[in-house]
Amino acid sequence: MSTVDTQRAYKQADYKSDINPIWCPGCGDYHVLLSFTRAFAQLGLPPEQIAVISGIGCSSRIPAYTNCYGFHGVHGRSLALAAGLKVTRPDLTVVVASGDGDGYSIGGNHFLHACRRNVDMTYVVMDNHIYGMTKGQPSPTTEPEFDTALSPGGTKVRPFHPLVIALASGANFIARCFSGAPNETAAVLVEAIKHPGFSFVEILSPCVTFRPDEKAWKDLVHPAPVAATTDPGKAARRIMSDDGFNIGILFRGNRTPYQPAVGATNIELSELEKDFEL
Amino acid sequence: MSKTAGNPKVSNLNDLLAIAYQIEIDAVDRYKMLADQMETHNNPELVKVFRDLARAEGIHGEEIRRLAGDFDVVAHARQIANFERSESPEEVDLGSAHYLMTPWHALQLSLKGEERAFAYFTSIVETAKDPKVKALAAELVEEEAEHVNLVHRLLLRYPKPSDTWADDLDPPVSQE
Amino acid sequence: MGASPSISIAILGSGGAGALTTGNSLLEAACAAGWHGLLTRTLGPQIRGGEAAALLRLAVNPLEGLPDEFDLVIGIDWLNANRFGSEIKAGPGTLVISDPRGGDLPSMVTQSGARVFEIPMKEMAKAIPDGRPNMIALGIAGRLLGLTIEQVFAPIKKVLADKGPAAIEASHAGIKTGFGAAAGTDFGKQLAPPNPSSARRWLLSGNEATALGAIRGGVRFAAAYPITPATEVLEWLAPNLAKVGGVLLQAEDELAAINMIIGSSFGGTPALTATSGPGLSLMIEALGLATSAEIPVVVVDVMRGGPSTGIPTKSEQADLNIAVYGLHGDAPHLVLAPQSVGDCMFTTQWATYLAETLQSPAIVLSDQFMGQTRAAIERPADVAFIGARTVATDIVGAYERYALAANGVSPMAIPGTRGGQYTADGLTHSQRGTPTSGAADHLAQLDKRRDKLDNFNYGDHWAAVEGAGDLAVLTWGSLTSAAREAIARASADGIDVRLVAPRLLLPTQPERLAKALGGVKRILVIEQTHGGQFHHYLRAHYDLPAPVRVFNRPGPLPITAGEIYRAITEWR
Repeated sequence: MSTVDTQRAYKQADYKSDINPIWCPGCGDYHVLLSFTRAFAQLGLPPEQIAVISGIGCSSRIPAYTNCYGFHGVHGRSLALAAGLKVTRPDLTVVVASGDGDGYSIGGNHFLHACRRNVDMTYVVMDNHIYGMTKGQPSPTTEPEFDTALSPGGTKVRPFHPLVIALASGANFIARCFSGAPNETAAVLVEAIKHPGFSFVEILSPCVTFRPDEKAWKDLVHPAPVAATTDPGKAARRIMSDDGFNIGILFRGNRTPYQPAVGATNIELSELEKDFEL
Repeated sequence: MSKTAGNPKVSNLNDLLAIAYQIEIDAVDRYKMLADQMETHNNPELVKVFRDLARAEGIHGEEIRRLAGDFDVVAHARQIANFERSESPEEVDLGSAHYLMTPWHALQLSLKGEERAFAYFTSIVETAKDPKVKALAAELVEEEAEHVNLVHRLLLRYPKPSDTWADDLDPPVSQE
Repeated sequence: MGASPSISIAILGSGGAGALTTGNSLLEAACAAGWHGLLTRTLGPQIRGGEAAALLRLAVNPLEGLPDEFDLVIGIDWLNANRFGSEIKAGPGTLVISDPRGGDLPSMVTQSGARVFEIPMKEMAKAIPDGRPNMIALGIAGRLLGLTIEQVFAPIKKVLADKGPAAIEASHAGIKTGFGAAAGTDFGKQLAPPNPSSARRWLLSGNEATALGAIRGGVRFAAAYPITPATEVLEWLAPNLAKVGGVLLQAEDELAAINMIIGSSFGGTPALTATSGPGLSLMIEALGLATSAEIPVVVVDVMRGGPSTGIPTKSEQADLNIAVYGLHGDAPHLVLAPQSVGDCMFTTQWATYLAETLQSPAIVLSDQFMGQTRAAIERPADVAFIGARTVATDIVGAYERYALAANGVSPMAIPGTRGGQYTADGLTHSQRGTPTSGAADHLAQLDKRRDKLDNFNYGDHWAAVEGAGDLAVLTWGSLTSAAREAIARASADGIDVRLVAPRLLLPTQPERLAKALGGVKRILVIEQTHGGQFHHYLRAHYDLPAPVRVFNRPGPLPITAGEIYRAITEWR
């Protein structure tokens, strides 16, 4: 994480751009945007020191709605973009934004390896159990009986558990949030960004257009019964047995973040040629 | 979950003034946000409703500032007015917005916001030890009660819409 | 016995015989003695213990092509050697050294009329403690070439440095024995003496040259996913990037690799990856992203036999289409192609420079032949092409990342620069970078991205244009060297031939090609593809103002100078 500019205090509004989101009114992502800006303000980071990297989907539109540097990349590859950026620019604070389709389906492989690699960044997945942008196909977290045009009668395929996958793959910080509690979410994001290594924050963020049933989430979410553990085994049991609505920080690891030395050495290029000289 | 868990602590009059101010400012921001959403989504009637509500909350904020006199309530608010659990009482629920929402819906949201503020100041009256704080809180309770009444009166102008209010014959558009 | 300007040697062996080590040592010994040369190899499909052949060509002057026929073929054994029949040609002038216990002579020997001289290398090796037949073979080759035992031993000493004195002694004894055995026959050929030259020379592969060119051009980040025959580019970069303060990250797949380098470049660090055809296919989507968002990256495609998994260990030139046309939408970008092992360094460096200057991805089409061939080259001159990105600093007022500029290149704000915040996007965007579906913005940005490339002055490096003559040989990539050799031969016969080999394939250079082909009466297009991709590319974008003949053949066999020479002389 970059150093705080103590010369000026930043307000939440400093992190918001003047571009109006295309999200449907009622979308949970509006709250997530608030959480982002609130978290950044609490951290006091200069907006130009933050990079928000995303893929494709409704959630992935968020970079342009912030006043930070942003990258709206191609579908599923935000974590790779972010890794290349952070490893060469360790001075930046890198936040990656994705959705359950972008992040867990096409982005699934990169998810595993980002957790494994443990580069210092924060991965926020706005999970609404649906592909919203493309009009309502099931995602890897959609319930098997949920009826859609692409899967009449439901997929009959079990959803997977992203938090367990993150834990098994080596994520160094795991939390679940609910978009409808943006201040709580902001507080978790602050922790996640401060925590070294790969921080994974899943934000349940209802889709007002394709999952109006998710309005019920605000009554289903509840704080996790116990405080976060540093023991991956304990965390695995808890996360595997929860109802999917435990809110809070669930795991804090102590792996050393992966960050190769950058710019530390610089020899004469002619030294490199010695390998070849006859 | 306690109703007051995560609410900012009111230790003295200045704290209460700052929090009351912040509540109004947060409401202004929230209504502005909703007005912008309605503008982007082509619901001009609601743009006006939300901008009017924002203006009204702004006036409430100014009143509190005047009440605070010389005290820099703005700076103090930034320090202490942090609602950790839920949002600030008059930040109406973004999740309840809808691009086809009617003024009735907006006023329902506003009503809930005012009721939450009413309940919040009421709890301060009930729990405050400092008599000055209690007194000001009681005044604020009266204010919020007036706001609640106002919203009810406005609601008389806008009947509850029929069940088809959210019908849109056009399908959603996939943008990517 | 007249002296030859070049001599070619094939050394075959299987099951761990060490034919490749022999070939490599011979190359190093000859080059240390002042000759030029190249070494390539051909292999069976096994990972270890397979049949292998080291193919060398030693010469007085630099050259980079394989011969039509080998002068010397040494068979440590002949197991499965028929596999190499079409690549290793022998003739009546060839000397074949054969171990009588090495299996049946392959048909490429028995049907060639070559002279066979038997030396029992395996037996001789057994007589030496820890002796190996390939050291005997090395000694034989060294003697026949006129090298000394010490010259031939020197590279082996280096290779075995940490294997202990016993191994070193055994090798020396083996070489000595081989020397002695070779005295029993007369090669009948001699390599002309090396040119006395004070020029500094290098011995390296095209893949190594590519990697060095990248660093010289300013690359300081590489993402790596291994794929034959490109992996060595990345392997050379791994320690050497670190030496200059750079980073190499291994990616989980090519999709990650290309996106990682885009992320690095977005953050201000020039970046590169290397792959082959299948990997390039995976990277195409992100190359479109880099094109649209105007982010420089370099992707080296060390082409191999295709399509699909194809022939990973052999060369071909059939990725031209995907490199030039593979991006969906209208997405002009840079495509370059080195022409020799040494040119891999220049072209990769130049590609990095162009990518950074023009804020565009650049695809460098190398191939397996150049990538995995080791050659002695004159040390290339230092060139001043170092990445020169136009960066936005001291930003006042609203920043427009994609502002329409006179030369089409708009200053790029690097993250960390106050006031320069923007969101890079693959969505069609306005000058500010905000997504739009409007006609005016789409057209303006398409024009910007096309014109910035088209209006740039690439100078003379765009192609090798050599010679004069009614006949022009139009080719590219590794075939350039073979064409040069063929043209030199034709010239010696009094036939003047022009060579035109573009190094810059995209953006196309129609005016320059027209000038190069001015007055030409016959155009001979040479390419290593089945479908004539280069020919179609030329027809699509250029005037070919004279009758055209196309000599195209897919891999795996290289197109030799001899074949090109015959094509030239047959068309009068």
